[in-house]
Amino acid sequence: MAGTWVYVDHFKGTALPASYEAIAAAKALGSPVTALIFGQGVDALAQSAFHYGADAVLLGEDASLADYRAEAYASLLSKLAKEQQPDAVLFPTSSRAREIAAMVAIDLDTGVLVDVTEISQEGEGFVATHPIYAGKLLSKVTVAAKPALVTLRGRAFGKPVADASRSGTVTKVAAAVAEGDLQTKVVDYATVEGRVSLADAAVIVSGGRGVANNPALTPPAEITDEKEKEIWRAQQGFSMIGELAQALNGAVGASRAAVDAGYIPYANQVGQTGKVVSPDLYIALGISGAIQHLAGMRTSKVIVAVNKDPDAPIFKLARFGVVGDLYEIVPALTKAFKERLSK
Amino acid sequence: MKIAVFVKQVPDSAAKLSVENGTVNWGDAPLVINPWDEYAVEAALQLAEKHNGEVAAISLGAEDAKEALKHALAMGANSATLISDPALATADAAAAAKVFAAAVQKLGGVDLVIFGKQAIDSDTGLAAAMTARVLGWPVLSLVASIAALDAGTIKLERAIEEGRQVVESKLPAVLSIVKDFAEPRYPSFMGIRKASKAEVPLWSLADLGLSAPESKVRWSEISAPPAREVSSEMVTGASADEIAAKLADLIIAEGVL
Repeated sequence: MAGTWVYVDHFKGTALPASYEAIAAAKALGSPVTALIFGQGVDALAQSAFHYGADAVLLGEDASLADYRAEAYASLLSKLAKEQQPDAVLFPTSSRAREIAAMVAIDLDTGVLVDVTEISQEGEGFVATHPIYAGKLLSKVTVAAKPALVTLRGRAFGKPVADASRSGTVTKVAAAVAEGDLQTKVVDYATVEGRVSLADAAVIVSGGRGVANNPALTPPAEITDEKEKEIWRAQQGFSMIGELAQALNGAVGASRAAVDAGYIPYANQVGQTGKVVSPDLYIALGISGAIQHLAGMRTSKVIVAVNKDPDAPIFKLARFGVVGDLYEIVPALTKAFKERLSK
Repeated sequence: MKIAVFVKQVPDSAAKLSVENGTVNWGDAPLVINPWDEYAVEAALQLAEKHNGEVAAISLGAEDAKEALKHALAMGANSATLISDPALATADAAAAAKVFAAAVQKLGGVDLVIFGKQAIDSDTGLAAAMTARVLGWPVLSLVASIAALDAGTIKLERAIEEGRQVVESKLPAVLSIVKDFAEPRYPSFMGIRKASKAEVPLWSLADLGLSAPESKVRWSEISAPPAREVSSEMVTGASADEIAAKLADLIIAEGVL
């Protein structure tokens, strides 16, 4: 069966929501959809793939696939695609899927369209929209060779609807590279507990340089350096922002200024040199709105800004704006949402 | 230890971009080294300092695109080479990767190839994995720190979406570096002087022993994103509690929670 394939990306058996969006997007292209699931102890993912629209599953389960490794996963995908000749392979845009797609493109001498926000089939080829310069411009891209490899931006293709009555056939496939021939070995993981991924988050609450203007708290006596005091204050501010994000089941973001100042890790950075995001709700706190930041979040559905400066550029993009001190507004807002959303 | 680091010249991230006659215009904004590549150069220099190595900076671009390489030289790279050939003007990521791999082979004896996470213009982030695949080497992307390195192996920490992953790999290998690695150093005065005098050799496709690799991805059209129509509403009130209550109700009414 050729048709469209979808690579289901997962972390330790939990699929990325964008994997199911990719299945739904593949379904919309009209051909039969085959889901590819690689790992160990991941057969439960097959049922979910069927529920979201897959007609068949190719299941690669092997000890050599237990930890994600680019070589092992890409080699298996390339081998299967050579044998079965799909028209296209869709991936969610994750760091893993991007690597696999890149390597498969070399193996099969075809092209990759990355991080696309729209896709359609035109004749024998695929046409897609890829935001470039962090979304400051849009590029129309086509790949004529087969299979077309396409990574889909998370949250750009809408929420898929599951149908628990659907099912399909699971075909087991063997690993392509023996463990002894792999060049890499995963030694350890350290997961960040309870963190919502920025790419998948429906709500993002972000802090900027303004988070440093924390008026109330006195840093512990052992911190004497002024710069370190500022960082300490800002970090208390980000935990307050974290509470608001948690009340909304969202993720915490930050501007580059806040990351560069050492208030919060780079993993949280939104913008041209951080992550480009597109949540339903984006709350910008103490962020003035440099062009690099706006490029990274301008496609958010509803933008809310709280800033002391009434002339901050962020207010031009904001659906709702508050000119005020985030240290007064944020705790009140957390309380207000808790009251309203707990019902 | 021989390290090749690839850098790209891009419009400054503060540039306001527009499309004119189908091509990208960035006004009078300067061209700079791709911000992510500065971390790659920093990583290459640190590894070279620790392991008695040398750093070769390489870029692909038009002949006048030497500023990124000069920046790498000013930071401390030992040599810089520009790959330039009119036949590569419309090269896609895979075609570029074939060129990068050929350049690594031409340098000879390379233990590590280092890229930035992605370029801020094309935003594809494919170069490291594709180049690794052409070379037949392992790729270790999103590297945040390096725990150990010797003649044959490397142990490092990757910043993945879910947290941290510690990986060991055989060398030679291809790395991409993320911002967590270390703050890139400023070019020193002497570095800048050295860079301004440096000769940057040009390699053409013929020098690399390649014919123009075929590009499978084509760009048919570049456009500005549709203007965002926002009806903005400022929320005011007598107290923070009142503002917060109003704001929460307004957000809930938008139906996004």
